[in-house]
Amino acid sequence: MNRWLPFPLLSACLLVMWLLLNQTLSAGQILLGGLLALLGGWLLTALQPATGRVRNPRAIVTLAFLVLIDIIRSNIAVAAIILVPRPRSVTSGFLNIPIDMRNRYGLAALACIITATPGTLWVQFNPRNGTLMIHVLDLVDEGIWIDTIKCRYERLLLEIFE
Amino acid sequence: MTLAEEFPTWAALLVSMLLLLGTSLSLTGSLGLLRLRNFYQRVHAPTLGATLGAGCLLFASMIFFSVLQTRPIVHEVLIAVFVTVTTPITLMVLVRAAVHRDRSEGNLDELDRSKTSNQSGR
Repeated sequence: MNRWLPFPLLSACLLVMWLLLNQTLSAGQILLGGLLALLGGWLLTALQPATGRVRNPRAIVTLAFLVLIDIIRSNIAVAAIILVPRPRSVTSGFLNIPIDMRNRYGLAALACIITATPGTLWVQFNPRNGTLMIHVLDLVDEGIWIDTIKCRYERLLLEIFE
Repeated sequence: MTLAEEFPTWAALLVSMLLLLGTSLSLTGSLGLLRLRNFYQRVHAPTLGATLGAGCLLFASMIFFSVLQTRPIVHEVLIAVFVTVTTPITLMVLVRAAVHRDRSEGNLDELDRSKTSNQSGR
């Protein structure tokens, strides 16, 4: 943004983190946290991160809600796979998915989502041809998984970051 | 003991149910490490404890201390955020290392076969 506050969002997050850690809203801690937030922003300029901007805050809420539901659903699904008498019969495998997103923050968010949902695992992303390889524990229908990643997550992430 | 007397029943029930659920999920995840067949399948199992399992425990902690101290205690949210942001790194490093090893040893035909078929199993 400017010289004093190069990353306003990051600085705000640092301030919130500081206040949460200290469990207080006292003026002294807000001052101290604000100082820390400013310092954090300046330190980050040294790393020269790619500039990113959140374009659609409402999509974040939708996405967070969808991901929460998926995490609960897949937790139950994976627990069921583990607890059935014979888990050896489960078909798992690698899956290649074409991804249109190139934004680094979007891809990082997608990695968090895929890893946070039990049953799917980010293996590697090839930026040259844009294929993402994931490992799926219960790979019954490839189409459903490609659909989930592309229509449920990637569409919203594209709205947010690009 | 004053603590047990002052603590309302509804909160005690809620907290214990969440604790039971969270610990059962974490235990199931650990069981999965034993029961699932190959490395790639086993890596999925502990994520149960890292996601919903941890979420239930943190939520229980939030309710317990909020009711006990009669003010909102929410700094557990930070644990959830940091766990969610950092687990992908560990998992990716583990899986990439396994893929690298399998490729160099030449026993990862399932990786290259995955483009045409969905069968795995070594």
